[in-house]
Amino acid sequence: MSSALTRRGAALLLAAAVCLGVFAAQARATELFVTNEIDDTVTVLNGQTYKVIATIPTDQRPRGIVATPDHKYVLVCDGDSSNIDVIDTKTLKVVRRIDTGPDPETLAMSPSGDKVYVSNENNALVTVINFATGKWITQVPVGIEPEGLAVTRHGHTVVVVSETTSMAHFIDTKSWKVVANVLVDTRPRIAEFTPDQHWLWVSSEVGGTVSVINPRTHTIAHVIYFHIPGVDREYIGPVGVRFTTDGRLAFVALGRANRVAVINAKTYKVEKYILVGQRPWQMMFSPHRRRLFVVNGLTNDVTIIDVPSLQPVRSVPVGRLPWGIAVVP
Amino acid sequence: MLRAARTFALLTLVVLASVSASPSYAAPTAAGRTGLKTFRIIYFRKKYHFNPEVLPSLLESHPANLGVAGAEEATYELNTAGKFIGWHFKLDVITVPDGGNLIAAAQKLLAHGPRIIIADLKANDLLALSDLPAAQHAVILDMRTIDDSLRQQDCRANTFHLLPNQAMRTDALAQYLVLKRWTHWFIIQGPTPQDAVYAADIRRSAKRYGAHIAAEKVYNYNPGSRRSDTGYQQIQTQMPLATEVDADYDVIFVADETDLFGDYLPYNTFAARPVVGTQGLVASAWSPAYQEYAALQMQQRFDLFAHRRMTELDYGGWLAVRIVGNAVMRAGITTPIPMRKYLRSKDFLVQGYKGQGLNFRRWDQQLRQPVLLTTPLMTVSISPQHGFLHPGYTTDTLGFDKPETKCHLH
Repeated sequence: MSSALTRRGAALLLAAAVCLGVFAAQARATELFVTNEIDDTVTVLNGQTYKVIATIPTDQRPRGIVATPDHKYVLVCDGDSSNIDVIDTKTLKVVRRIDTGPDPETLAMSPSGDKVYVSNENNALVTVINFATGKWITQVPVGIEPEGLAVTRHGHTVVVVSETTSMAHFIDTKSWKVVANVLVDTRPRIAEFTPDQHWLWVSSEVGGTVSVINPRTHTIAHVIYFHIPGVDREYIGPVGVRFTTDGRLAFVALGRANRVAVINAKTYKVEKYILVGQRPWQMMFSPHRRRLFVVNGLTNDVTIIDVPSLQPVRSVPVGRLPWGIAVVP
Repeated sequence: MLRAARTFALLTLVVLASVSASPSYAAPTAAGRTGLKTFRIIYFRKKYHFNPEVLPSLLESHPANLGVAGAEEATYELNTAGKFIGWHFKLDVITVPDGGNLIAAAQKLLAHGPRIIIADLKANDLLALSDLPAAQHAVILDMRTIDDSLRQQDCRANTFHLLPNQAMRTDALAQYLVLKRWTHWFIIQGPTPQDAVYAADIRRSAKRYGAHIAAEKVYNYNPGSRRSDTGYQQIQTQMPLATEVDADYDVIFVADETDLFGDYLPYNTFAARPVVGTQGLVASAWSPAYQEYAALQMQQRFDLFAHRRMTELDYGGWLAVRIVGNAVMRAGITTPIPMRKYLRSKDFLVQGYKGQGLNFRRWDQQLRQPVLLTTPLMTVSISPQHGFLHPGYTTDTLGFDKPETKCHLH
């Protein structure tokens, strides 16, 4: 505890010194939590200095990571250990482990934070867990290699995409039944609702596209393609999807194309490709979405993009084979 | 633009059409109370005699369900997807015994069954099947052969090849060797005609990528009693003799397609040089040690299903079934002529855990794919190597490119 307090104190002093007290009310610096798939660790970075402030040992093969809505905890899926590590964001220690069933790849939480949704990659299941008790509420059979999860704002629907079945499955959270399936291009990785909840974007890594799905009719309204001069089509592998708060811009991480596409979310036109590190997959914004943090799996670093100018600002090293990222304000 | 949406429209059309279609073959049949339409996937194989005694290492095995297990696993996967959109796939494995009448079995199959056939056959049997008049309008997915000839002078319009052929393999190795600047090669060639083809491919790759053949030797190895407990002593004297040449070279490139002696070479060679080719560092479509691009999930899934490791032949069977599944579920295609068109089109793509979608070369119907370079325990690299460029697909730097093809399918 005492060392954590000291660390907070130091961060506070630094922030106060740098910002001449303007942000002094913001006592705690933002922190970035990055899972390192082959190190079995989570790297914690200071959100202003981007210095490593902790390296937290986890169980085996940490990949999916989310912060609880109250930001008290960060949850990490340990694929080869069949559990979730619960990290206390104050002490930066693993305080609890939750059994998930085999091979949890990634996870999402209900809006209130009472439920955890886990995609069990090897078992074609979504496991629903009561976060307070760690008890399983149910398991929902879905397609093969389920990965990205998206939860509607009111929590009525959970969407999971299955990589090998190439579908987005819509799960009703009252009946726990799959109520609709949408076939998308090959190997979907991530599903993300637009901020107004009107559309669901699903990235297809091998198909090289993003499908824009109408979540009411469960039909594909638009397919976004990418053309990058000098980059072969087979290297364009869309994975991570994020929207600005106003929903005007979408960012799509393009994997082996080593770029993040900036898309006008109304016209679906790609406005820009931002060069980042190698094999970017997952991304997360800073609390006010002024910065976008892009995790580069093969260069073991995180590229920081300035959102207003759409420029990459710098890259900071993390652990080996970094996978997911959560941001705690 | 609305590719996926259009797929659904097609699917609906086909479902409607099937009601009035002839029930004799290919028409999906309603599977009673489940409400799913059933599609039969034909897996046609010959059970070739195999003597496990010829395997040089005790660590090797020859499971009876080689290849089939991959197809079974893929069928299970298709059904997981199919149940959500109204399809059920049934894998029908038809086995002709070694010495049995392949032609009669094939004719019976072509007369009654769906003319979309996964062929687990060696080159001469595959060609016999492809050349049957009744197979003229069939689609044959060759999941087994690696013979160059079937992609060149013996290519057939009804046949699609899934595994990388020999020339793709030597090119995959050659790119890596050139990248390493190990450009002087000593070829040691076994006695079979296939070894001669592979050795010719090595020479072709050398010319293509600027490497040099420093020495060549044909070695007619007679294994004698392969698994006697004094085996290594014989090997220890024979292999240095076989590899003694008056030349300076970087690697030994071995052409031994039937595994007669290649596995004896590492650490037994006259000079201290690494061994690549059909043994040592090998090029292949799949290895049980491969885990990149989510292949780890495939390996784990296969192991849970078959209780053994996934081989290249299992991968061939798996890929073949997934290709059929894509045609049926994505494009709504259940008959051979439209399927042939679809497999040759830009709309077709199959996921094979290689980090990119795979499709067919139109000129010889060979599946484009990155090729793994592996040792028995590790994936060393994946070709094409960085810096080897191509105006179309970088994977077309491996094997017979359009300008050099001897196959002209339109």
